[in-house]
Amino acid sequence: MSEQLLFTFDVDGDDFTSAGQASSQVKRNLRQLGISPDIIKRVSIAMYEGEINMVIHAGGGTAVVAVTEEHIEIVLKDQGPGIKDIEQAMQEGFSTAPDDVRSLGFGAGMGLPNMKRYTDYMNIESEVGVGTTITMRVNLM
Amino acid sequence: MKISKMMELLNAEVACCEENLENHVYSACGSDMMSDVLAFVKDQAVLLTGLVNSQVIRTAEMMDMNCIVLVRSKLPTPEMIELAKESGIVILTTKTRMYDACGILYSNGLVGNKVKA
Repeated sequence: MSEQLLFTFDVDGDDFTSAGQASSQVKRNLRQLGISPDIIKRVSIAMYEGEINMVIHAGGGTAVVAVTEEHIEIVLKDQGPGIKDIEQAMQEGFSTAPDDVRSLGFGAGMGLPNMKRYTDYMNIESEVGVGTTITMRVNLM
Repeated sequence: MKISKMMELLNAEVACCEENLENHVYSACGSDMMSDVLAFVKDQAVLLTGLVNSQVIRTAEMMDMNCIVLVRSKLPTPEMIELAKESGIVILTTKTRMYDACGILYSNGLVGNKVKA
């Protein structure tokens, strides 16, 4: 077992203004660890999209970022409404976000596809009425 | 293109991080939808937008963008200025509309990101 570094965050679901704080902190932490800028960008964009999703759809949740020698893993967990059809949700342009979210610059149906685009591994576990857990990994080697 | 040159071309004013006006931008992106901005990685880019909220700065921060141009006379909120200062992101404001602002920068040599085939 290789050693790992853990960062844990609570994502506040009531405050759209503060959304992105956790991703911003992770970005700073990874920079201090000397991770390459390209990897940091991919991790922070994927996590930021996930964080926004948790605020928009799920009333917040938790984010755990683990840094190992092999990869950076981001686990986003919420107790929101769940995703009814994951395959449909993964299509670019498909969105269930309300109009007021669109006027804030999100809800274009790009969040989940972007998260997949920037990571090497992504898995969504979701149950309607129970919540969603998304695991993403970006390889370091 | 230097940020100071963009400022001149767009007849813009600087709202924060004036000390970084001599930095360069190498590509540009114009959108009010932040997820569209996040879809394609750019290098030291400028974001032109008519959207005004703190997520505009967060988006630029995640993308390592170093300048934001607020078009159509939009002004940044105090939270936006505070966040931008943390990351050294220059905010410019201009009366120019989005289409014209993009066109002016493009025709002066600042092209967008090429779409990969």
